Amino acid sequence: MPEKPDSKRVLEVRRLNVEIPVPGGMLRPVQDVSLHVDRGETLCVVGESGCGKSLTSLAIMDLLPSKANRTCDEMQLSGDNVFHIGERAMSDIRGDRMSMIFQEPMTSLNPAYTIGNQLAEALQRHRKVSSDEARERAIYLLEKVGITAAASRLGQYPHQLSGGLRQRVMIAMALMCGPDLIIADEPTTALDVTIQAQILHLLADLQREFRMGMILITHDLGVVARIADRVAVMYAGQVVETGTADQIFNAPQHPYTRGLLDCIPIPGKTKRGARLGAIPGIVPSLVGHMQGCHFASRCPQLHEACKMKNIDLLPTAQSGHVCRCLLTQGSDAAARKAEGAVS
Amino acid sequence: MTIDTAKAPATMENQEPSPGAMMRKRVFSHWGFMIGAIVLIAIFLMALLAPYISPGDPFDQVLSRKLIPPIWSDSAKATWDHPLGTDHLGRDYMTRLFYGARISLLIGFGAMLISGVIGTTLGVLAGYYGGRVDMVVNFIITTRLSMPVVLVALAVVSIVGSSLTVVIWVLGLLIWDRFAVVMRSATQQVRALDFVTSAQALGCSTPRILLTEVMPNITNHLIVIATLEMAHAILLEAALSFLGLGVQPPEPSWGLMISEAKGMIFFDPWLITIPGLALFALVLSINLLGDGIRDVTAPENRN
Amino acid sequence: MLYYTLKRLGVAVLVAITVSVLSFSMIYLSGDPAVALAGEGASNEDIENVRRVYGFDQPIIVQYGSWLVQALQGNLGHSNYLKAPVASVIFERLPTTMLLGACSLAFALLLAIPLGVVAAIRPNSILDRAALSVAVVGQAMPSFWFALTLILWFGITWRLLPITGTDSWKNFIMPSMALGYYLTPAVMRLTRAGMLEVLSSDYIRTARAKGLRPMTVLFKHALRNAIIPVVSLAAVQFGFMLGGSIVIETIFAINGLGYLAWESIQRADLPMMQAIVLVLSIFYILLTFLADMLNAFLDPRIRVA
Repeated sequence: MPEKPDSKRVLEVRRLNVEIPVPGGMLRPVQDVSLHVDRGETLCVVGESGCGKSLTSLAIMDLLPSKANRTCDEMQLSGDNVFHIGERAMSDIRGDRMSMIFQEPMTSLNPAYTIGNQLAEALQRHRKVSSDEARERAIYLLEKVGITAAASRLGQYPHQLSGGLRQRVMIAMALMCGPDLIIADEPTTALDVTIQAQILHLLADLQREFRMGMILITHDLGVVARIADRVAVMYAGQVVETGTADQIFNAPQHPYTRGLLDCIPIPGKTKRGARLGAIPGIVPSLVGHMQGCHFASRCPQLHEACKMKNIDLLPTAQSGHVCRCLLTQGSDAAARKAEGAVS
Repeated sequence: MTIDTAKAPATMENQEPSPGAMMRKRVFSHWGFMIGAIVLIAIFLMALLAPYISPGDPFDQVLSRKLIPPIWSDSAKATWDHPLGTDHLGRDYMTRLFYGARISLLIGFGAMLISGVIGTTLGVLAGYYGGRVDMVVNFIITTRLSMPVVLVALAVVSIVGSSLTVVIWVLGLLIWDRFAVVMRSATQQVRALDFVTSAQALGCSTPRILLTEVMPNITNHLIVIATLEMAHAILLEAALSFLGLGVQPPEPSWGLMISEAKGMIFFDPWLITIPGLALFALVLSINLLGDGIRDVTAPENRN
Repeated sequence: MLYYTLKRLGVAVLVAITVSVLSFSMIYLSGDPAVALAGEGASNEDIENVRRVYGFDQPIIVQYGSWLVQALQGNLGHSNYLKAPVASVIFERLPTTMLLGACSLAFALLLAIPLGVVAAIRPNSILDRAALSVAVVGQAMPSFWFALTLILWFGITWRLLPITGTDSWKNFIMPSMALGYYLTPAVMRLTRAGMLEVLSSDYIRTARAKGLRPMTVLFKHALRNAIIPVVSLAAVQFGFMLGGSIVIETIFAINGLGYLAWESIQRADLPMMQAIVLVLSIFYILLTFLADMLNAFLDPRIRVA
């Protein structure tokens, strides 16, 4: 289905697959993942650990481990192809037009160099600027990310900063070149709960201020509810449901999404002492080819047809909301399509 | 992000072979281990059976038949009576090579045993008790490391007088440092594990804990270091003998054989090449075996 | 940092004192040092003379005390063979050995670090396996045999290099190779292991995510961290090499400290032997101390504590 070109579109990924050879066969941690992000939009990718969300982001940045192999129908950054363009061209884009913030602030900065050095090098790699200009930009951004006495921090080494401060430095570093897209891979998982909220608010504010597209990868649905414009739910390597935050939270279609939402206690609604929702069963192995719906082994609404054939993302009644489930309730056309998909 | 390998397919678990079979498979598929073991066994047999398989007597000098080249040389003098030729005193080189293996193995093994006992004792005590004991042992290790081994060994041997026993003891007393360093860190790791803590909580005596809980869990490290140090001792003995202060003539030490042939490097270089290759093969096989044991017993420690 | 320096310095001094006690007591290994010093066939009167002159009749602690005081003033004793002060002979020979040690170290590092880096970039590649095999083979070769083999090839068969002496820089090529190659496997393995660890670290991913050039990532970000343990090893091994120079200097007839040590051992020149052991040990202690300091300088986590 041809999409009409959208000048606001920052990232368009269609049918991304990642394969990693392992002793038992071929591991397929990312299968048929399609995502898009518009300028000024936050896409949250949610799912449990091991569902492929981090590998998806690394695949977009072309930072996968060398033995991993990725394939893709389309990968465009602001309309330019960024798939298989070679390490040289890709490194020109990384850190400039799209940058990434990682999970582990404690180990993501090089212990041997000062903060200032590591910030400046991000800018000087992509822009012809003097070191004074780079320094000024670094101070400006450190202040932006809420670090006091920014100028004096430049001479400090990572081990002298707390985890929260280091993650702020990582954010500043990602913003050095003013990227179109920023990918934040569980940026708060390793931090204290009180710091987590601060960092997330900071990210949301900066994203709005600089009108960037942002992909926030998380397994925390509370976070998603607060800052997502759109949500992609991943399960066992696949996107199982995508839609606006409103659609996902208020009209979830996929049984897995519903199961996930049941796991969140809602103050006032969830009864005291009542059992929280849990999804029985375990995640299937992603080694080798798998037939049928990935969620089949844990699905409460399993049908015979679910195990027969791979299921595509099917449109629901609402535009922009798609779901990888045969029971998707969509328009009539969608229903006919669904039958076509299984036959 | 790391890929979760723990999520192996459930069906695989039933077909997994027993740990013993896995170990055998790893041993036989490790070419370094196999080559090392085969060469070492060959050299060991050479040493053990020297009196029966040697073409001659290691001390028999026949000056009329001196410096016969080995059989692969073009020289007309080469004869199957002396497959590896004879040295400058007309002694059969192959015989001396076989008997030399005895000396190398004996010294390597003896020095390794002595240094192993000293180093392991110090290392295990330091690792288990920590604190002051650890500090003292560390200090002893540092002091030992700061003394140049070859020089001290030479000096001591020259003062005390050289013999096989002296060489074994001097080397054994000098090269325990690696045992101590490795055993110390291995014990520290084991000590922190739950079963040691629970043995302590049960009120087991310290010697009992050390012998039944700690030692079995550091044996594979011990074996690896033992092989390395055996190789080290053999090389050191060869160096001492080469410098004339190790095993004394007319004993057929390989290092001494090279030393005696030094002057003949211009015309009879094979006199140096043959014992050199023998030393090289012995040390290489022991090292390969040690590396192999490390890989096979703890495959996760590779690289 | 000051505390760290002082602590290291304290340990170094303590070790130095212990080593001095050990090298002092070395002469007692033979039983009666007076008999040993007087030499074979000395009369009882000679022995008594030696005993009195050297102070062997006094309690050991007094002997050590006066020896230490003398040593601290730079008087390491008198060689009764060379009829000269031990210290001046040693310092005359030391530069040659230092030069040899430095050349060997340079040879080892220039060979081992690039090999280790290349092996780590492509682990388990043919190049990596080849480098590891060279390391395994190298570790098994007796240094004196390797030296003689070098002489056989470069000196005798191809006549490319001079065999003995210290007349030109060419004289140092073979000895440096023979002394340095033994260090190569250890440095290579350490570089490789360090690079492997660092290359899989999060901050290397960060550096790549910034779009840095592969060479910048490799050298500025990875090698800079992987090299820290190599520096310690190199310093420590430099000390070992000075000890090992005795074999190499003897083979190539290089008039350095190692050769002096060998000569002194042949001549039973006890004060000289004692002093050489002491000097080399102190030198090693100094090197490890410097290595610790260099380490602290390279690793901001130690320096800026």
